[in-house]
Amino acid sequence: MRIALLHSRIRIEERLLIDALTSRNIDHDVIDLREQTFDIHEPGRWTDYDAAIDRCISQTHALAATRVIERFGVPTINPASVIEACGDKLTTSLLLARDGVPTPRVRVALDEAAALAAIEHIGYPCVLKPTTGSWGRLLARINDRDAAEAIIEHKSTLGSVAHSVFYVQEYVDKPQRDLRVFVVGTQAICGISRQSDHWITNTARGGRAGALTITRDIADISARAARSVAGESGGLLAIDLLECPRRGLLVSEINHTMEFRNSIEPTGVDIPGRMIDWVIERARAGAEAAAGVSA
Amino acid sequence: MSNAANTVTTSHQVECPECGASVRFARAPLAGEVTRCTGCRAELEVTSLSPLRVELAPEVQEDWGE
Repeated sequence: MRIALLHSRIRIEERLLIDALTSRNIDHDVIDLREQTFDIHEPGRWTDYDAAIDRCISQTHALAATRVIERFGVPTINPASVIEACGDKLTTSLLLARDGVPTPRVRVALDEAAALAAIEHIGYPCVLKPTTGSWGRLLARINDRDAAEAIIEHKSTLGSVAHSVFYVQEYVDKPQRDLRVFVVGTQAICGISRQSDHWITNTARGGRAGALTITRDIADISARAARSVAGESGGLLAIDLLECPRRGLLVSEINHTMEFRNSIEPTGVDIPGRMIDWVIERARAGAEAAAGVSA
Repeated sequence: MSNAANTVTTSHQVECPECGASVRFARAPLAGEVTRCTGCRAELEVTSLSPLRVELAPEVQEDWGE
């Protein structure tokens, strides 16, 4: 078996994944996508791989590369469809809504006046998010109409074209924390709570990680969310949950290139090891399926 | 200090191109590995292994993340 680990920078997470491959005696290549060119007519060495793990930090680049590599017949983890589903918050919300997975209410608008109308419809406070991006960047809690008008104008004037899609989400009055659940396949293997005095609780923004007990409700909603974006087999996903005082657990976001460096110690779970074990399992299943087809 | 890349001073150790502090890797670094200078907090990326060389890591882009 041979595995490709695709990256655009080696962070602690990628190091730990490489260590997990090495400790399992899995042949692997660490491939910097920035250095690659793909001949879309000629797979070349890519067919040597039984699977490719995407760890590219740019969602745009990850999506392009996995599309090409999948076209060559190499399974990618996560697949391009999952990157597409998770990398765009609107797509994530649409899939969750389609499948009846509890999630905050969302309205979308494509024009400044319509954005204001969407915000007023959701009510104050509400949250305006870019549809792409991560780490809690450029989130805005809007408390009143004055703030709404100002932020809409700023996004229209200063933002890239991506900011012309106004994604308005209800504000969930959560108890100073949100929950992050690590899912392998469709199984919630562990989770953390992210505590913060600020309404943005991402650890990238100073949220403090604490241990989380995976209850049946957490496991259930996480599995449903994983199936919604990744199908029956699921994927390697970090699912962010909000505890709504009225409606219970809500799926806020789903991350397809999960960061876990701060979560191994509080959970006591070998997250990279569990990820790699699943990749090996998927690669073997893919190889057996291919052998069955050719036999 | 300039943004120019700096080269190795000792094994697994290199000079920060931003502030000149010594940046030490606990184990053999990999190409593309990122680290943070303890002197100035600049994010650095390994751009060459032999000789060991680091440069300022690229700025965060809009579509970067998890």
